[in-house]
Amino acid sequence: MTAARRGLGFGFWLSISWLIVISLAAIFAPWLPLKDPGENYIVAGARPPYGPSSTHWLGTDQDARDVFARTIFGARTSLVIGFGAISFGIILGGTLGVLSGYFRGWTDRIASIVMLILLSFPGLILAILITALLDRGLATIAITLGILGVAPVGRLARASTLVFAERDFVTAARAIGSSNRRIIVRELLPNVVIPMAALSLLGMAIAIVAEGGLAFLGLSVDEGVTWGKLILLGAGTRDLERAPWISFGPISMLFLTVLALNYAGDRLRDYFDVKDITL
Amino acid sequence: MSQTQASLRGGPEPLVSVRGLRTLFATERGLVRAVDGVDLNIHKGRSLGIVGESGCGKTVLSRSIMGLLPSTAHREGSVRYEGHELVGKSVGSMRRFWGQEMSMVFQNPMVSLNPVMRIGEQIAEPLRIHLGMSRSDARDTALQLLEEVRIPEPKRRLRQYAHELSGGMRQRVVIAIALSCGPAILFADEPTTALDVTVQSQILDLIAERRQDRNMAVVLVTHDLGVVAGHTDEIAVMYAGKIVERAPTNELFANVKMPYTRSLLRSIPRLDDDPHTRLHAISGRPPDLIDPPSGCRFAPRCAYAREKCHVEAPPLQSTENPDHVYACWYPVGSAEFVEREEELVATGVHVRGRQ
Amino acid sequence: MSGAGHAHLRELNDAVLQVRDLEVIFGSGRAPRVQAVSGVSFDIARGETLGIVGESGCGKSTTGRAIMQMPPATAGSVLFEGDDLGAMSQSELRLARTRVQMIFQDPISSLNPRRRVRDSVAEPLDIWSRGTPAERRQVVDDILADVGIDPEQAAVARPHEFSGGQCQRISIARALVLSPTLLICDEPVSALDVSVQAQVLNLLEDLKARYSLTMMFIAHDLAVVKNISDRVAVMYLGRLCEIAPSRELYAHPAHHYTRVLLDSIPVPDPEVIAVGHELVGDLPSPVDPPSGCRFHTRCPAADDQCRTEEPVMRAVGEDHYVACHHPLVTSVAIST
Repeated sequence: MTAARRGLGFGFWLSISWLIVISLAAIFAPWLPLKDPGENYIVAGARPPYGPSSTHWLGTDQDARDVFARTIFGARTSLVIGFGAISFGIILGGTLGVLSGYFRGWTDRIASIVMLILLSFPGLILAILITALLDRGLATIAITLGILGVAPVGRLARASTLVFAERDFVTAARAIGSSNRRIIVRELLPNVVIPMAALSLLGMAIAIVAEGGLAFLGLSVDEGVTWGKLILLGAGTRDLERAPWISFGPISMLFLTVLALNYAGDRLRDYFDVKDITL
Repeated sequence: MSQTQASLRGGPEPLVSVRGLRTLFATERGLVRAVDGVDLNIHKGRSLGIVGESGCGKTVLSRSIMGLLPSTAHREGSVRYEGHELVGKSVGSMRRFWGQEMSMVFQNPMVSLNPVMRIGEQIAEPLRIHLGMSRSDARDTALQLLEEVRIPEPKRRLRQYAHELSGGMRQRVVIAIALSCGPAILFADEPTTALDVTVQSQILDLIAERRQDRNMAVVLVTHDLGVVAGHTDEIAVMYAGKIVERAPTNELFANVKMPYTRSLLRSIPRLDDDPHTRLHAISGRPPDLIDPPSGCRFAPRCAYAREKCHVEAPPLQSTENPDHVYACWYPVGSAEFVEREEELVATGVHVRGRQ
Repeated sequence: MSGAGHAHLRELNDAVLQVRDLEVIFGSGRAPRVQAVSGVSFDIARGETLGIVGESGCGKSTTGRAIMQMPPATAGSVLFEGDDLGAMSQSELRLARTRVQMIFQDPISSLNPRRRVRDSVAEPLDIWSRGTPAERRQVVDDILADVGIDPEQAAVARPHEFSGGQCQRISIARALVLSPTLLICDEPVSALDVSVQAQVLNLLEDLKARYSLTMMFIAHDLAVVKNISDRVAVMYLGRLCEIAPSRELYAHPAHHYTRVLLDSIPVPDPEVIAVGHELVGDLPSPVDPPSGCRFHTRCPAADDQCRTEEPVMRAVGEDHYVACHHPLVTSVAIST
């Protein structure tokens, strides 16, 4: 006999804990007892990169900068990019999706065409274009990745809205005199928000990984460190062979964070799926 | 031997003999006792109705007998078919029974048929798999089956898809598929609930006709007492996972013993009632099957219950007619029942008449 | 003008609802046009319950929603207490809707799954800001008690924690909280068990008296409809076939379709031998309905006139009208 697990589960809370820890570390990085990420801790007589030791937990890179500190500081930028991208995607895509799913007709047709265009555009090309035309600031990168998220989020929001708008409780709301605005905000959004929340966690994971990809093309942010840039720094073949720890820090941070986001997103979606079915 | 066993004895050897069947589901809230100790016989060529409201376990019972249960389910007890013990058999070994010995017709014909296969192919499939027929033989037999279920223009229908047929016709196709390998038992689980009332009687008549022609046993599972009244030889009434009354059809309606069955009959609006007749409503809801009440499971809702009912579960006992069994301490007609009925009528809770 | 005519409409000085030549056609552009409702007229007097009965595809639910203008009909008029609902502006209609309320078939999807049940019931009062918050709370609690739901439980629980019957009661409470004049019930008991059905039907009768309601009860179960209605109208494929007081319709059905419907109902009594009626053929498609009398393709008594000429309503008894060329009951001399 197999029993279905009802609660969100230990894994979910573990993932959430990790995300909270890494976010707090990122926010409070300047005040944490870390080494200075920009300083070169050169030891006389030895050439960097230095391996992991008690002074440098994850070693240093080729310029004797502390890997651990840089990884934590890198989190600041990477997480902001991830969060910014998905927020943009949800606000724009979600709005587009809900409105087109609720009003149908011309609104739906126009929104669908917009989403179709966005979906058809190869993400990488779009990123290259935008970064070439504009600057490579934090906001630009975040918004670029966000634009790529508009269509998938929008489609999910639209599909979800369509499902709920058909239900009798929406008809009932109209019958008691609810205005469209009230119906969208009070009846539909609380229901649509759930699958979107699950998707947003997954989307954040994707955005963070995408930033890593951009970094490898040399297209990531100009200023500051990100995980992608850090990995890149340690990825030259000779460095990778003889000093794997340079990339190890950012790689494992990236991996754990993306794993946590994916897992939490999946569990959230499953949990609310089950509840909906029993309805 | 108990009275239940005595009542199950009489007559020719049953085709299927169910003893002490329990079906339990593991859920996050606990173990759901969907079927909790059922004894039944299914006889060749006869029609048995299993009646009850939603959640009483009737669908689970029919599936438990057939063995068509999900992996979260666990069966205990015995289901014997022609000498084979079915409880404990693996899915693989059950496969040779399904379709050939026992078949099932489900409630919603819209979803019972494969939308991307032609009707002819779907009927031919079991013929080719179970009976090893050739393609052309299967096709001819499929045509015969469509004629048997009285589908107009059967040749044309063979090449059509499910969505091109109406609900009633789809259900006929489903019945044709179920009958294709000549099963000895046909389970029909709410076969007409999703259909219009004019189509309903046609389908039920069709099933009855096929039963007679093929000398097949039919188990009709439904919540509708009107459906079983006209189309069954015997009826078993289920409540909260147990059978609370079982009798030949005429006997059940003429001489109902269990207050639940009686209440059920009285809560149905009748065509010959006057408009605005107050209906007899049973208060409350069916019990939680994870933690059912001790004593009689219907007692919390029964207007005739007394202290004993809440404490001790009544066993199935028979009336003068050994085929009629019921589980009640104070059945309809007993002194205590009549006394309580007088009280209820006097206080205006019940309306006299109507049964 | 297609439709069964107006012979059955009454001269009422206090009609709650007057529906004239209602037509609802779905589909536009290249989509096939479904003639869901074709020329339906009827009226409901104050305090009356009109039952509308018919099988799938007859247009009864569509009629109910068209009255609520959700969506509005493609032709015809709906006069509610004298006001033309179809001619109203959006804001006028929103206001008018407070006097016409509806309950639906699926009790659980009628309530917002994320909302606490009490909030759902209080919602109409919040929208229209009726009274002070304390007064609103009282009204909601009173109504919940009236329908048999514990207000305290309702304040914390969500729909999935209640049974189907309870959810239906909650929907009824929500519909009544604005004290509407007309209550349209669209198959409210079809999804419920027999014993729960009885509870809800009894409840509706009680509430109708207590809240002085006029009701329109749509269902496919003839016995249920007879139990709750004063007058019953039978629909087939978008048209009205017959209309009569409940007792009369069931005692002397005049339309062949009504006769078949009545005979098809399984009676919980093994002594009653079911009268078999071979309804020939299938339900025609509402995209391409039959000419003349729409029932002629399946009617045992159909002839050429039925195939070509649409029958109009004519009297066959006291307040008993049928749209049929060869009704089962011929008109009896009616005294005015």
